[in-house]
Amino acid sequence: MSIGNIFGIAGTALNAQLVRMNATASNLANAGTTASSEAEAFKAKRTVFKALVNENLTNAGAPYVGGVKVDRMQDDSTPIQAIYDPSNPLADAGGYIYPANVNEVTEMVEMMASSRSYQNNVEVVNTARQLMLRTLELTRT
Amino acid sequence: MDLFSNPLGIHERALQARSQRMELIAQNIANADTPQYKARDLDFKQVMNQQLGQPIRATDDRHYAIAETTDSNAVKFRVPFNTSFDDNTVEISVEQSNYGKAAADYQATLSFLESRVSGIRKALKGE
Repeated sequence: MSIGNIFGIAGTALNAQLVRMNATASNLANAGTTASSEAEAFKAKRTVFKALVNENLTNAGAPYVGGVKVDRMQDDSTPIQAIYDPSNPLADAGGYIYPANVNEVTEMVEMMASSRSYQNNVEVVNTARQLMLRTLELTRT
Repeated sequence: MDLFSNPLGIHERALQARSQRMELIAQNIANADTPQYKARDLDFKQVMNQQLGQPIRATDDRHYAIAETTDSNAVKFRVPFNTSFDDNTVEISVEQSNYGKAAADYQATLSFLESRVSGIRKALKGE
């Protein structure tokens, strides 16, 4: 238990938030895609976080117990709204196309939330670093 | 103050407790978006009681009264001000302010340690 562990803990959080931001970027990039069946249509990806509460979830003696990891990626459960567009080359036999279930507003909010969380953890690292340096200064007083 | 057997006094152990508290708050901030995560914090008084081997007591009428705690585990769950829809009890503003406070407390203990070290240095030099 030392101030050095803070770097590991905040590091896992930076990592997890970056994965979340990546997922958001992928969702936004695929917002305009369409497919010819509901199964093929792009579904927004959501990251599910999990706390690394004990040693069993990390390597033995790892300095980041108490951190966070991305447990799994989940498809957004929002139903896909089929659109009737028989002229579209991707239309199925009934004339329907299946756009992605990405909501741009939701994704923008996700992006801002993850970037704020990222900044919070950067600030945690900064403070811990300053305190660590001050502790080292103790030998010079 | 025994200069050789215990040169840094209680501050050495206080610094450990301070850094443990900072670590716990860092864990809370790291898990701000984790579903069902419960924020935790350290009961500093209880840690110091354990370290001292005797409880901190109000021994004078002018001392502030302090509540007695009986359980031995100093790490406690935080009671959130608001509910959240994913059962996460981390409130980021609370954690941020607590982290700032914990950092200031850490620096305060560091200042005590610094003055101890420079005092001992002065005593050894005999200036």
